[in-house]
Amino acid sequence: MNYPLYIRSAPTENELKFHYMVHTSLDVVDEKISAMGKALVDQRELYLGLLYPTEDYKVYGYVTNSKVKFVMVVDSSNTALRDNEIRSMFRKLHNSYTDVMCNPFYNPGDRIQSRAFDSMVTSMMIQVC
Amino acid sequence: MEAAAGGGCGSGPPLLLSEGEQQCYSELFARCAAAGAAGGGPGSGPPEAARAVPSAATAAAGPVADLFRASQLPAETLHQITELCGAKRVGYFGPTQFYIALKLIAAAQSGLPVRIESIKCELPLPRFLMSKTDAEIRFGNPTELHGTKVQIPYLITEKNTFKRMDDEDKQETQSPTMSPLASPPSSPPHYQRVPLSHAYGKLRSNTEQMHPAPYEARQPLVQPEGPSSGAPGTKPPRHQASLIRSFSVEREPQDNNSNYPDEPWRITEEQREYYVNQFRSLQPDPSSFISGSVAKNFFTKSKLSIPELSYIWELSDADCDGALTLPEFCAAFHLIVARKNGYPLPEGLPPTLQTEYLQAAFPKPKRECALFDSYSESMPANQQPRDLNRMEKLSVKDMADFPVPTQDVTSDDKQGLKSTVDEALPKDVSEDPATSKDSNSLKARPRSRSYSSTSIEEAMKRGEDPPTPPPRPQKTHSRASSLDLNKVFQPSVPATKSGLLPPPPALPPRPCPSQSEQAPEAEIHPQLNRAPSQAAESSPAKKDIPYSQPPSKPIRRKFRPENPATENQDTSTAVGGPATAAAVKPHAAVQKQSSKQKKAIQTAIRKNKEANAVLARLNSELQQQLKEVHQERIALENQLEQLRPVTVL
Repeated sequence: MNYPLYIRSAPTENELKFHYMVHTSLDVVDEKISAMGKALVDQRELYLGLLYPTEDYKVYGYVTNSKVKFVMVVDSSNTALRDNEIRSMFRKLHNSYTDVMCNPFYNPGDRIQSRAFDSMVTSMMIQVC
Repeated sequence: MEAAAGGGCGSGPPLLLSEGEQQCYSELFARCAAAGAAGGGPGSGPPEAARAVPSAATAAAGPVADLFRASQLPAETLHQITELCGAKRVGYFGPTQFYIALKLIAAAQSGLPVRIESIKCELPLPRFLMSKTDAEIRFGNPTELHGTKVQIPYLITEKNTFKRMDDEDKQETQSPTMSPLASPPSSPPHYQRVPLSHAYGKLRSNTEQMHPAPYEARQPLVQPEGPSSGAPGTKPPRHQASLIRSFSVEREPQDNNSNYPDEPWRITEEQREYYVNQFRSLQPDPSSFISGSVAKNFFTKSKLSIPELSYIWELSDADCDGALTLPEFCAAFHLIVARKNGYPLPEGLPPTLQTEYLQAAFPKPKRECALFDSYSESMPANQQPRDLNRMEKLSVKDMADFPVPTQDVTSDDKQGLKSTVDEALPKDVSEDPATSKDSNSLKARPRSRSYSSTSIEEAMKRGEDPPTPPPRPQKTHSRASSLDLNKVFQPSVPATKSGLLPPPPALPPRPCPSQSEQAPEAEIHPQLNRAPSQAAESSPAKKDIPYSQPPSKPIRRKFRPENPATENQDTSTAVGGPATAAAVKPHAAVQKQSSKQKKAIQTAIRKNKEANAVLARLNSELQQQLKEVHQERIALENQLEQLRPVTVL
């Protein structure tokens, strides 16, 4: 049910740790969307904000209307990142994701192999790191 | 010739060549063709029409071989070139192959490896040591349009010599100034220098000794067919002058047009026509869009891998709207063709394939002119309605597909059943019917498709043979002949005509035409049988049968000799079967012995194919149902989530 469509981490060491954090944060995402779940889906905000802060990292979440979850883990020492920047990053991710979906050769549920998506994510990560 | 050579970038076949190259190649081709008593077309056309020679012309092998040998390349290189250019594949030296071969020769003479990628960059013209005419020699002294690839050391030394040449105004710098060495060239643009080509052959063996007296040395080198040095040919100073002039003339216009060094990505007029026809077969309105699912089915027939197709889509769907306009479609098709020809896919959409460029470069000559120009404007405007259209189309197709029981024998079903709710279907499943459909289309396709889905048939077959655009337009004639055939068999074909019409607009409700097709198809075959039998003469009957062949090209041609008998055996509605069989047997009598076995095999093949088709259809239907069930499940899960009580933290 919750399998990753796309995973990327910037410093490639400790990649597994990031994967694990993302996976655990999925629970938090589910919690949040079910918490607002009484309201109609339309009223639910796509941007979930800071899911939970650990001592080293902050985890941000975003969920689309089709229950596709975006999770972003950023270094806590990166204080320059503000909330609206995170929002804009999620928005870009969402836009790129819809572009990927527009490709008729893409099956929903496949891993995302779009080069455009890759390049967008890379550019975003370079921007931040 | 060189003086007349205008701008245009150096290009790699199969697309554009520079004018100089065009003239050179076309003249060479004409000579080879004329020598081989095949009519070659002369002259050079506009830059877009790379092939100045009509596609039907071929160069005879003899003169071509002589020409290649004159290029002073080793035999194995020539072999490689011949293979690469596709002459072996197609069996003759058509213009495409010839031009590719010439480009490869130029590449090889420049020291580049003989590969298709080598000819993507701008290259000097190939040099042929033929002491025949001045024209030939001139061919060996082309204007230089070299790209950035060549970093061969010995080239640099020549560049030193000729560095002064590369400026447009230095017409007076002729042989005397060539001798002194200049400083090493600073950048690749200096490659664009006429005399560089002289150096290639020679400098392969020597390096710097040429410089002190390039021309003097060259002259004596010309005569002995030196290791590789004879290639530059005789380069008397007068040619230098003319070359320099032509080179300088070329440089300026070339700079204007040389924004697009990626010549494999240029679409020729011929290819353009083909793509537009294909677009029309999928979507009759050239100003409208091809939906993603339709395009997906169509491009899947090209048998490229799904990731590659996905990437090609990404490149060509500039506005990422899930649909292809005509320029987008042409770009995508062109990328597929290039990929099938072995070109690696580019990192980004080449400028020559971008929407604006395509619209500007190929203003539609006829009524589509205005429509074309309105693409970019209408696209954003149409985005919303188009999305709605697509959704409607999908839902319509959904509805249409669902009640489909087992009646669909058409290729529409086979290829298009997935199109409606396809996205979630596993790719391999959709691939298998696609490939089985492809095989069906390539071989004897079930008869039931023969008349009604001719256009789809053609589209599928064309999708399978993208690398050979020239032969394909001929098949349109067969389509026309099929229409004539319909008129001939008017009484039996009204339903078929209606069946013919719906398929072209992007595979609309298939069950209806399929059902209607079934009946008239069944009718047609007895009609065909009756018609020949009524004619009752072997020759007119046989003429009728071959005449009826073209609409369903793959099957009919095979069946032609045993058509009457096999038709009788296989037609489900064996109306008048025995009678026609009896009447037709005299025709078949001649081929009876050999054809009986063939008949049996053909029958078996056909039956297996029909079984395949049925199973494929069943498979697709089940996939659809599975997808539906998935969606229901997702909907239910959503509902469940919403109804779930809030968890208390």
